[in-house]
Amino acid sequence: MAWISGVGDTAFGRLEGETPLSLMASAASAALAEAGLERDAIDGVLCGYSGTLPHLMLATLFAEYLGLKPRYAHALQAGGATGAAMVMLAERLVERGECRNLLVVAGDNRLSGQGRDSAVEMLAQVGQRDYEVPFGPTIPAYYGLIASRYMHVHGISEADLAEFAVLMRAHAALHPGAQFRTPISIAEVLASRPIAAPLKLLDCCPVSDGAAALVVSAAPGEPRICIAGAAQTHPHQHVSSAADLADFGLAGCAERAREEAGIGVDDVDFLAIYDSFTITLLVLLEETGFAPRGKAADRLRAGVFGREGLWPLNTHGGLLSFGHSGVAGGLAHLVEAGRQLAGRAGARQVRQPEIAFLHGDGGVMSSHVSLVLRRE
Amino acid sequence: MADALAERFWQGCAQGELRYQRCPDCGAAQLHARPFCARCGAAPDWAASRGLGTVYAVTHVTRAPTPDFAQLAPYAILLVDLDEGFRMMAHGEPGLAIGQRVCATFEAHGARALPRFVRLREEQP
Repeated sequence: MAWISGVGDTAFGRLEGETPLSLMASAASAALAEAGLERDAIDGVLCGYSGTLPHLMLATLFAEYLGLKPRYAHALQAGGATGAAMVMLAERLVERGECRNLLVVAGDNRLSGQGRDSAVEMLAQVGQRDYEVPFGPTIPAYYGLIASRYMHVHGISEADLAEFAVLMRAHAALHPGAQFRTPISIAEVLASRPIAAPLKLLDCCPVSDGAAALVVSAAPGEPRICIAGAAQTHPHQHVSSAADLADFGLAGCAERAREEAGIGVDDVDFLAIYDSFTITLLVLLEETGFAPRGKAADRLRAGVFGREGLWPLNTHGGLLSFGHSGVAGGLAHLVEAGRQLAGRAGARQVRQPEIAFLHGDGGVMSSHVSLVLRRE
Repeated sequence: MADALAERFWQGCAQGELRYQRCPDCGAAQLHARPFCARCGAAPDWAASRGLGTVYAVTHVTRAPTPDFAQLAPYAILLVDLDEGFRMMAHGEPGLAIGQRVCATFEAHGARALPRFVRLREEQP
């Protein structure tokens, strides 16, 4: 069994004067403090990648910077699913006896260190170099294509999408570290400026600075939170190579993670689902079993995904409002799930959750990781 | 710089021809050119599409990634299912909807001729 013994993060938003390494160090130090571990107890380091600090060996670069001498260390790349993929690998490494305390960390300063224009241009390059990028797409355009097809086939409206932007903003209002905390309305989302139709500005996550970290250990912390199940699937890389934009075939991935944990959908009482765009959230909720096709917005309107609902969703505000700082953005979902299970979410705390289901998406619905965390 | 096989696709566009690969063994069509068929591994042949297809997905880009595309914005990016059995990204005329029958034209953009699909008004059986 592998346990989450501590979590930590920084505020998200514009953090002038910080670097990826300084941000990662802040989040890592907070996670170590919560785990009650000194630097010499960390024998493994897994980190993501940074847009502003491309490096061949980011994990050892960071280990040296923080003052760690791990016996196991490397970076990992699965786009937005990297955070969840690192936690899955950390669980396997602890289970195998390779490490006793792994630090999982990511941080970036895309907003202040790179700027929006440069980030938008860089991110568009994840498209197919010879057959997509020449047409001038952006990440919102790739997801705009998905949205057009998924909405067409399953009867979803732009107002349905807007519901999720409004909910994420309402949740972020209670997090002091969130980038956007001012409540928004459905009408404001619908009236926000077009980016890549049908997606508008408030359907899209922001570009942020920030970091997140957690420690995965062979011995439990207090309270005892284990990584109970994990699974991946990687159906394609590029949107033009996806077999079906109305069915990405993710049900099996979610099911394998829940089977490993020995639970079903009804046992889950907290959700942390990747939300780079509003459409991402609808697709993932419906594919991983938390709403019938085309019905995620109906469930939201019925209160299912609110703080008082059956499945409280992204109570930190998600990528859409807490912020998106590359790999750290996806890792922030794990930090929030850890805090909620531990009862340490402060004003955001929901009624004693015991089983969290998480799902990360990398690329253009390209790389997927499902996780189950359980409070013992 | 496009890879050498992709260059053959773009040379076709410059000549008003939509080139793709077809597998002589399993019959699969693929747009992203490779030295092998991605389904069965055999060496594929090159073929020219008639340029007729159906809109599979569509977005209108207002926020462009680079200054050269900002001059063009807003522009429609499509995924089109070609009748020969492959899907491709392309530009489209404004207002196209999913399910619309379209045919390929080509527009100059920088050094390239970009495929741009327009409504197909009359179809030959």
